[in-house]
Amino acid sequence: MYDILSLAGDVIDALRLFDVTQFIVPHVGVGGEIEAKPATEIDMSKLLRGSLIFLAGMGTFFGLVLAAAAKKFAVKVDPRVEQVLDCLAHAHCGACGYAGCEQYAEAVVKDPNVSPSLCTPAGAKAAEKVALITGKKAEVKEPIFARIMCQGGRDKAVKKYKYEGVVDCRAAVLAGGGDKSCIYGCLGYGTCVRVCPFGALSMGPDELPVVDLTKCTGCRKCEAACPKRVIEVLPASKRVIVACHSKDKGGETRKHCQVGCIACNICAKVCPFDAPKVESNLSKIDLDKCRVCGLCAVKCPTKAIADFITHRAKAVITEKCVGCHTCAKVCPVEAPSGEQKKRHSIDTNKCIGCGICTARCPVQAIDGTFNAAEVFRLAAEKKKKAAA
Amino acid sequence: MDFGKLFELVVSASLVNNYVFTMFLGLCIFFGVSKKMETAMGMSVTFTAVMMISAALSWMVFKFIMVPLNIEFLMIIVFIGIVAGLVQGSDTIMRKVSPDLYYKLGIYLALISTNCIILAVPLSNVGNKYGFVESIAYALGSGIGFSLALIIMASIREKLELANVPRYFRGLPMAFVVTGLIALAFTGFSGLITL
Repeated sequence: MYDILSLAGDVIDALRLFDVTQFIVPHVGVGGEIEAKPATEIDMSKLLRGSLIFLAGMGTFFGLVLAAAAKKFAVKVDPRVEQVLDCLAHAHCGACGYAGCEQYAEAVVKDPNVSPSLCTPAGAKAAEKVALITGKKAEVKEPIFARIMCQGGRDKAVKKYKYEGVVDCRAAVLAGGGDKSCIYGCLGYGTCVRVCPFGALSMGPDELPVVDLTKCTGCRKCEAACPKRVIEVLPASKRVIVACHSKDKGGETRKHCQVGCIACNICAKVCPFDAPKVESNLSKIDLDKCRVCGLCAVKCPTKAIADFITHRAKAVITEKCVGCHTCAKVCPVEAPSGEQKKRHSIDTNKCIGCGICTARCPVQAIDGTFNAAEVFRLAAEKKKKAAA
Repeated sequence: MDFGKLFELVVSASLVNNYVFTMFLGLCIFFGVSKKMETAMGMSVTFTAVMMISAALSWMVFKFIMVPLNIEFLMIIVFIGIVAGLVQGSDTIMRKVSPDLYYKLGIYLALISTNCIILAVPLSNVGNKYGFVESIAYALGSGIGFSLALIIMASIREKLELANVPRYFRGLPMAFVVTGLIALAFTGFSGLITL
């Protein structure tokens, strides 16, 4: 006990020796030069009163002035503008055609002619909400995604020189139109990846951009930024596309790239719906006609047609089959087989689900393909007419 | 009023004692707003204007209220209050009076109220015992210095976007490296003016 007391006494003695006032406190930082007054001159109660009154007074003054200003200078904002703004994507991508989200929100509230479904990034749900707030009608819009119209990656396309400049397509294109031999191809320096406000694009292992469809909103920023115009924004359901923009002649394209469209016209010939058409050495699929059966993608000799549908419903032959062998004759991949006048079967490994046999079967015995329901309905209608 | 002395003050505040490059204050706004030239310009103009007004206001409050009341020790709180009130007030008024200006510059106002340079300037005005005109000149100099820093940085960063920066240096790390290099260059101004 005594030890502790004596220790405390020692400490206090040491503190007395350590007189702070004998040191000159250096001016540290800003505002350090306040002159301290001797303690006797300061009237604590007065000081406390003064500071309290001043602080309270300043607070009240600012409060009152700001309140008065807020009232006097109140800006009438249509509350619907704020509500609309809450629904939008806040990407300021400009897909709607306005400078930013605020401008679009204002326009859609004030101008009756502005459509409520212009904010593609926010999607259909937001369009419905905006329509509800503004009292307009939302148009049902199919979502759109960016598609890379080039498959000529590192191993597949030829380069004409080694580019060692700034890693950006817009810079690379200045050097003789880029380092790819094919002047229509993707340069692969990732300008689109950098402009995408949603992080939907990334560079794949073969130096081609990959679109993450869960993030892509179809705002068209990448489409505008790409110096080769190799990105197209297309409706989500159109998942079979000619992923090539080369308008060179077939032989020329072959020299530059293994997966270019050589304008061989095979896609146009095999398509049951007449969707592809070859114009100026490039096949283009008419999106209104295309039923995404995927037949052209299978038949394309250079695999220039990309098919994003990985699993198609395959054809199944039902008990109605009379064994006429029509399906085996029309099938482009020789999937159906069987003896005459006996029930046929379909090799599911070969079948691509193109639906041609379903449409051609005289007794509607083939089910399972994408067009089966429609074919059956048409056949039933025909029967009804014939009966009547 | 000695005009030469005021000019020296402006030059000293903007170049020799540049708040960003020699004192490393206000870095959050400096890095946040210097990505694009357009925003950097908007921020510079707004910042300088707010800085001068707040310096004048806080000088008057300090001289005519706080010194007579012996409450100089409250200056940090009071100056923050003045700046915040001023910024909020000008935000409200600008929105009504000139919406165009508000949409161009108003968005930066909220950022400014929490900046440390805007507090440091009134504090050093008091510390250096500047008069009214000198305080404003010092605020102007600091504003010019900050604008200069922002504009230099924005023009470098716009170019940097295209450069092939090593992966781990991309973005903010590279910006810090560049800031350090500019700060080194700014030490060249030291000793130019001794007040």
